[in-house]
Amino acid sequence: MADTVKAAGSVALDAPKKLKAKDFKSSQEVRWCPGCGDYAILAAVQSFLPELGLEREKIAFISGIGCSSRFPYYLNTYGIHSIHGRAPAIATGLAVSRPDLSVWVVTGDGDALSIGGNHLIHALRRNVNLKILLFNNRIYGLTKGQYSPTSGSGTLTKSSPMGSIDAPFNPLSLALGSEATFVARTLDSDRAHLQSVLRAAAEHEGSAFVEIYQNCPIFNDGAFEVLKNPETRDESLIRLQDGEPIAFGDKVVVQSGYGLQVKDASEVDAADVVVHKTDVDDPAYGFALSRLSGVALDHTPIGVFRNVKRPTYDHGVRTQVDEAATGVDRKEALDRLLASGDTWTVL
Amino acid sequence: MNTVRQLDRVVIRFAGDSGDGMQLTGDRFTAETAKLGNDLSTLPNYPAEIRAPAGTLPGVSSFQIHFADTDILTPGDQPEVLIAMNPAALKANLGDLKSGGTIVVNTDEFTKRNLTKVGYAANPLEDDSLDDYQVHPVALASLTIAALAEHEVSKKDAERSKNMFALGLVSWMYSRPTEATEEFLRGKFKSKPAIAEANIAALKAGWNYGETAEAFAVRFEVPPAKLKAGNYRNITGNTALAWGITAAGVASGLPVFLGAYPITPASDILHELSKHKRFGVTTVQAEDEIAAVGAALGASWGGSLGVTTSSGPGIALKSETISLAVSLELPLLVVDVQRAGPSTGLPTKTEQADLLMAMFGRHGEAPIAILAPQSPSDCFDIMLEAARIALNYRTPVMVLSDGYIANGAEPWRLPEPADLPDLSVEFATEFNGVDKAGEPVFLPYLRDPETLARPWALPGTPGLQHRIGGIEKADGTGDISYDPENHDHMVRTRAAKIAGVEVPDLEVDDPAGDAEVLVLGWGSTWGPIGAAVRGLRDKGVPIARAHLRYLNPMPKNTAEILARYERVVVPEMNLGQLALLLRGAFPGTDVVGYNKVRGLPFTSNELQDALEEVIKNG
Repeated sequence: MADTVKAAGSVALDAPKKLKAKDFKSSQEVRWCPGCGDYAILAAVQSFLPELGLEREKIAFISGIGCSSRFPYYLNTYGIHSIHGRAPAIATGLAVSRPDLSVWVVTGDGDALSIGGNHLIHALRRNVNLKILLFNNRIYGLTKGQYSPTSGSGTLTKSSPMGSIDAPFNPLSLALGSEATFVARTLDSDRAHLQSVLRAAAEHEGSAFVEIYQNCPIFNDGAFEVLKNPETRDESLIRLQDGEPIAFGDKVVVQSGYGLQVKDASEVDAADVVVHKTDVDDPAYGFALSRLSGVALDHTPIGVFRNVKRPTYDHGVRTQVDEAATGVDRKEALDRLLASGDTWTVL
Repeated sequence: MNTVRQLDRVVIRFAGDSGDGMQLTGDRFTAETAKLGNDLSTLPNYPAEIRAPAGTLPGVSSFQIHFADTDILTPGDQPEVLIAMNPAALKANLGDLKSGGTIVVNTDEFTKRNLTKVGYAANPLEDDSLDDYQVHPVALASLTIAALAEHEVSKKDAERSKNMFALGLVSWMYSRPTEATEEFLRGKFKSKPAIAEANIAALKAGWNYGETAEAFAVRFEVPPAKLKAGNYRNITGNTALAWGITAAGVASGLPVFLGAYPITPASDILHELSKHKRFGVTTVQAEDEIAAVGAALGASWGGSLGVTTSSGPGIALKSETISLAVSLELPLLVVDVQRAGPSTGLPTKTEQADLLMAMFGRHGEAPIAILAPQSPSDCFDIMLEAARIALNYRTPVMVLSDGYIANGAEPWRLPEPADLPDLSVEFATEFNGVDKAGEPVFLPYLRDPETLARPWALPGTPGLQHRIGGIEKADGTGDISYDPENHDHMVRTRAAKIAGVEVPDLEVDDPAGDAEVLVLGWGSTWGPIGAAVRGLRDKGVPIARAHLRYLNPMPKNTAEILARYERVVVPEMNLGQLALLLRGAFPGTDVVGYNKVRGLPFTSNELQDALEEVIKNG
C-alpha cells in the first residue's frame, strides 16, 4: 500500500499522542445483556489498547457473527462486523495487504469452532499476523441458547432437550494441532490476567490465539464459576508462569506417560515438578497442558501455553511481492508482458 | 516434387490419448499459424480426469484449430483434417469429420487389443469403413523411435516425442514455420537438453517425412489474413483475463489482491497472476472458496483491488460474502468461468447457466453489476471495465466468462499503452459531515450524488475510524439501524446505484436496415452467432444482431433496440436465462430462445439453420 496511499502521519487529522481507555470508546451504545462477560472483556481491551502505542487508525478489529462479534462496534478503531465464521479469512486479506495495521479478530465458540472452523485452523497454520480473541461461553447466545461445539456432551438446550450427543472441542488442543505459534487462555473476570495475556499476544509476531472463558448470564450462567469462586478456584485454576514450576493449591503437575498429570505436592519430589516453558518447540507439551482440563474444568491452566517463533505468512507473501516489484515501472512492465512470447506485426 | 495448393481456410483437429500431448501440439501449431499471420480460433477439448485409462474413449483429448486468410469467428464446426493418435481418438472424432476429409492416423496403436478396447470388431484401416476419407496411415511411433536411434534418450522418451513428429508432418502439410517451436522446446526442456534435442529431431523428422513420403502428394498454403494493422499475439481467455486484472492494477495504481481456490476451468487465472508479482499483484491460495472471497474483500477494505476467481460451484460458496460486499459497498471483482453444471457437472465443458445465479443468487436484495466477455481477447477489456465499475461505484462486479472462452485462443491486437483507461481512485481523507452537535465527523455512508457511491476511507487514515458491517446501516452515518424506513431507503438506494451504472450503448449491426429479426446473444456465443449471421447475409437473408457485454445493468438503449424488431432470437448455452430476464424487463418483446446444453459451443451451421427457421416461419 505504501506506494499508493499517503503515510498515515502526513494527513492533518492527527490523533492525540497519549491515548486513554476512553479514547477507544465509540459513540455506539453497548447492547449486551446485563451481566454479560463481554462487558468486562470490552473494558479490559479498551484500557489495554493504549499500551499498543499505536494511533487508533492503525488498529482494525474484525469479527464474525454472534454476541461477541458486536465487539468492533464499540471500539473507536477501524472495524468490520462481518459474516458468520469468516472473520479470520477477511482479516487475512487485510493483514497480508496492510502490514502497517494491527489486526485483531473477535470471535466466539460457535463462530470460530463451528461454522468458521476451517478459516481458524488455516489462519493458525499459516501464522498470519492476527490476534484472535475467542470468547468461549460454551453456548449459542445470539440465537437464544443452543449447544455449541464447546458444550459438554449431555448439555440440555432447546435443540438438545434430551442432552446433546456431540463431543466438544478443546479449543486449545485444536489450536495447537493447527500449528499455532501462540496459544493462551484467560478469564473475562480477571482483568489483570486478561491484559497480561493480551500484552503477550500483541507482542507475538504471527497468529496469536487467545481463548477467553466468558460467562453468558442468560443461557449458560456460571459455566466457569468453579474457576472464579474463591472457595473452588484454588483447586481448579492453574496460573501458568513462564519459567516457574506448575503448582496450584496443594497440587503440582508432573510428567506421566505421554502427557502430564496433577498430583498432590506432598507426593512429589520438587525436582519432578514440570517447569512451564512457553517456548518449547514441540507442540506436544502445550497439548498435554491443554488436556489437563476438559469440560469439567477440574484442573484448568490459564496463561500463555505456547509462544514460539516461526516466519509469518503475511511477511512471506510481502517479501516475494516486494522482491519482484522493487524498482519495476509497472506501465513499462505491462507493455513488455503484452508483447512477450510469439508476436507478429500486421502492416 | 510436391504440388502446393492454396486454401482460404482449414479446420484441423489433433486427437489422441490424454497422455499424448495433444494440447501442447495444438498450442504449438496455433503459435506457428499465428506467426504466419492467419486469423485463427481454437477449441481445446479434454477430459476432466488427468489421465483417464490409456487408449479408452473417455481418455481422448483433442485440440481444434480453424485458420484462414480472412477474419474468422469460431474454431469451425467440422474439422476437415483429423490427426488420430490411436483408435480411441479416431472413433471419438470421426463422426465430426467432414465427408471427404483427411485423416492422418498413427498405425502403431492399431493393435488388436487397442481396437477391442474401444469396440472396433475389425481394424477400420483395413476394411472399407473409411472409404469416404483420404486416409494417411503413418507409423508415427516407430518412425519417431527410428529417427531418434542416435539420440541418447530412452525408447520410452523417444516414443513420447511422436506428437512432435505429428506436428512436424502437419506443419509441412500446411506450410507452417517450425523455428519458433524449436526455440520453445529448448526453453521447455532447458534442464534436459537431450530431451529437447530429441523432440526437435522428431519435429524435423516429421517435416522431412512429409516432404519425402510419396503418400503426401499435395501440400497446402493458407495465405495471411488481412487484419487491422498493429502488433498481434495469440491469447487465451484465461490469460487475457489475468492480464486484464494486472492492467487494472496498473491503471488504478492499486495493488491487486487475488484470493482464489483451485477449480477447473478458472485455475489458470490464479497460475497466471501468481507469476505477476512484479506488478504488485498478491495472490493467496485460500483454504476454500469462502476464504478466497473473504480475503479479497478484506484486502479491498484495506485499499487493494480485491479479486476472486472461480467457477459456478465456487461462486455458489462465495455468495454470502458477495452479499456482505454489497452491504459494505466495497469494490470487489468476482470472476465466474462458467462450466457445465449443476454440481460437478462437466467440469471441463462449457455452459452459460450461471447468469441467473449472478443476477439473483444471493440472499436479500443484493444487486451487483454483471459483465460478460464475448471472446478470448475481450477478457482483457472486460476486466478493465469491471474494475472501472467496481472502483467508481464501490460494488462487487461479476464477470461471466466460460470454459469455451477461457481455453480458446485467438489473435489479439495489442493495445497501445495510451489505450489504458485512468482508473485512479480518490480515497477519503477528511471529515465529510457534522454530527448532531455540529462537530465535524466522517460519514461513511454519505453518497456521491452522481454515482451514489460511498466514500472509501482506508484503515490507517487518521480521524476517519469507523465501523462497518452486515447489519443494516443508517444512511449517512453507517451506524447500526433497525429503522424500517431506513432499511427500505437503503435497499432502494443500493438498487438505484447499480441500475445507474454507466455502460456504453448497445450497438446493433443491421447493415441493410431491413431485418425483422434480431439475434441477441451474450458472452461466448458471439463468435458462432457472428459466423451464422454472416452465412445468412451471404445468402441474402436479412438479420440484425446485437451482443450484450453488460448484463446488469443492461445498456440504456436496449429497450429501444429490441422494440425495432418483430422477433428477438436469443441463443444461449442454457435453458433460456437471458430470455427470462428480457421477458421480465421488456415485456412487449417477442423473445425466441435457442438453447442447447451439450457442454460444447454452438456450431455456426446449427445457429444459421435455427435463425433462418425463425426468419422464414416465425
